[in-house]
Amino acid sequence: MALSVLYFARLREALGMAQEDIALNPKLATVAELLEYLRGRGGPWQETLASARLFRVAVNQEMADPATPLKDGDEVALFPPVTGG
Amino acid sequence: MTVRIQEADFDLSQEIANLRQARPQIGAIAAFIGLVRDVNAGEAVSELTLEHYPAMTQKALEAIVAEVKQRWQLDDALVIHRIGRLLPTDQIVLVAVASSHRGAAFQACEFIMDFLKTQAPFWKKEQTPAGAHWVEARDSDALSAARWSDKK
Repeated sequence: MALSVLYFARLREALGMAQEDIALNPKLATVAELLEYLRGRGGPWQETLASARLFRVAVNQEMADPATPLKDGDEVALFPPVTGG
Repeated sequence: MTVRIQEADFDLSQEIANLRQARPQIGAIAAFIGLVRDVNAGEAVSELTLEHYPAMTQKALEAIVAEVKQRWQLDDALVIHRIGRLLPTDQIVLVAVASSHRGAAFQACEFIMDFLKTQAPFWKKEQTPAGAHWVEARDSDALSAARWSDKK
């Protein structure tokens, strides 16, 4: 029972990590709860994820919001607002 | 409808020739090309690196193309977006839309770019004399995408 969590661009550099597996538990049922858990690590996690303006979340490659539910095997991605084109 | 993510450059003439080949019903093709500039926000840019989220990029661009097919009568649409290391004057992105008439082609081309800019997971990192930094998203891009919700 785990999530695969991916970090891209500025977030990957600030957090020093491109990917990790996070074990699911009843307190990690939504995107909002996952973000709370990650902020709880303190330091760059707290700072980088402080404001919703600074990052976006996708679940299984689709844009998600705080209420999006999480389940075993989901791929969650955290990244800055996009700047392609 | 074709979406391609690639490191290699593209040739506009060749891509347009492929798009219209054996389709005499096409009366209009609108194309947009985005280029690497040598300056951004007053700073000299010597190099650009484009990162993306491969599993999501293709999906996000295909969703945008599916949306334009719903909104306009189109014969075809093509999106090519480059990734990796690029230099000033290099081509970054091509959007080409084919239709019977120019109105649909112009509008669908602009719609794809507006949503690519706000929905497709690409990130630019610029190399400047002061060092490398990630390009910040612009509010004006979000406004450009938002205005389509009032139209049509």
